[in-house]
Amino acid sequence: MNIAILSGKGGTGKTLLAVNLAAVANGASYIDCDVEEPNGHLFFKPDSLEVDTVTVKIPQVNDDLCDGCLKCVEFCRFNALAYSNKLMIFDDICHSCGGCVLLCPQKALTEKDKAIGEIRTGKSKDVDVVTGIMNSGVASGVPIIDELQKHIREKSKDGKHVFIDCPPGSSCVVMDSIKNADYCILVAEPSIFGVHNLEMVHELVELFEKDYGVVLNKVQTGENPSEDYCLANDINILGSIPFDPELGLLNSNGKIAARENTEYNKFFSALLDAVLKEARVETTINP
Amino acid sequence: MKIAIPVDNKSKDTDVCVSFGRAPFFLIYDSESEEGQFLPNDAAKMTGGAGVKAAQIVVDSGAKILLTPRCGKNAADVISAADISIYKTIHKTAMENITAFLADELDTLDEIHAGFHGA
Ligand code: SF4
Ligand code: SF4
Repeated sequence: MNIAILSGKGGTGKTLLAVNLAAVANGASYIDCDVEEPNGHLFFKPDSLEVDTVTVKIPQVNDDLCDGCLKCVEFCRFNALAYSNKLMIFDDICHSCGGCVLLCPQKALTEKDKAIGEIRTGKSKDVDVVTGIMNSGVASGVPIIDELQKHIREKSKDGKHVFIDCPPGSSCVVMDSIKNADYCILVAEPSIFGVHNLEMVHELVELFEKDYGVVLNKVQTGENPSEDYCLANDINILGSIPFDPELGLLNSNGKIAARENTEYNKFFSALLDAVLKEARVETTINP
Repeated sequence: MKIAIPVDNKSKDTDVCVSFGRAPFFLIYDSESEEGQFLPNDAAKMTGGAGVKAAQIVVDSGAKILLTPRCGKNAADVISAADISIYKTIHKTAMENITAFLADELDTLDEIHAGFHGA
């Protein structure tokens, strides 16, 4: 079962939940798709790391062949090309569509590899930890997330659970991250902003027709607008993580609560059971 | 000599636009004929690469001088490759700045911001 964990913004407890669920799932995989700010490895501290570079193709120009026809400049919808006495290529804006190379009448453009990030695989106790990391100033993390999808398909082959820590928000990198997810968990905080962020990801999973449920984080007594939103929209609430200074402290010290504290081990195991039960029901009703 | 300025609208007394890449128009002013022409900036609404595209419009206009409050790095690279000099605006309206430039009162723009995608 591939389970994606999403939230509308960072810092809502998305990684906390993904890491702890993976830690109690008996030989699961944790895949960090939050390539701009991957945090899961700070908790797992995986060993025997294997590092693979992710590259994309970007154009390079042969100035002797280019006659300045501007066809490529007009074509590039990302505006990564300009012609100012000679053709200029802005690597950081290029989305590697390859169009300009195909189009150039003079065959002045060819492709070259550019490293945009890396994928690190390692092990933390019984958890396989795979982390995607994007170099700064890169136009899009999508190629790294596409690479991570291969790991997700590979890891889920033998029926093991895969937890996918998605980037925050609802942009194309998030859509890419949930591509192979069987079930999505939306993490929400109990505030008006929390509801707004929840709405964003709710719309996304609806759009992609994914099965999903919500986990409420930092829950205290009193009003919880996110809970109200779920009730009003008939969204399944899988569980609530209480607001607890001890959990906060473990988390800010880079500790995995489920590994440090038996109470939290039980708590996340029960939450995982609830998720799996729900996910199985959902996937058998809507295969 | 042609002078380019990012502007807010297509009127003679228009203000300089605070953004280069996202300016709705460029005023191309010819100091010999003392006539101006407004070019729409198709890049204004684009999500990425607006600075590069806007710079291309300025280069294609044949301007030799650009007056702007700011300019991203990518855009500045395109502008400089065409030997266009960039000066920093100090007044509110476009015409005030042109007058100031012609009176030699403007300094070259030195701070080029790295900017998100150079817009
Ligand atoms: S399409 Fe080819 S020849 Fe034309 S400007 Fe681009 S690189 Fe040069
Ligand atoms: S590969 Fe695509 S995005 Fe990159 S410069 Fe060429 S046309 Fe633009």
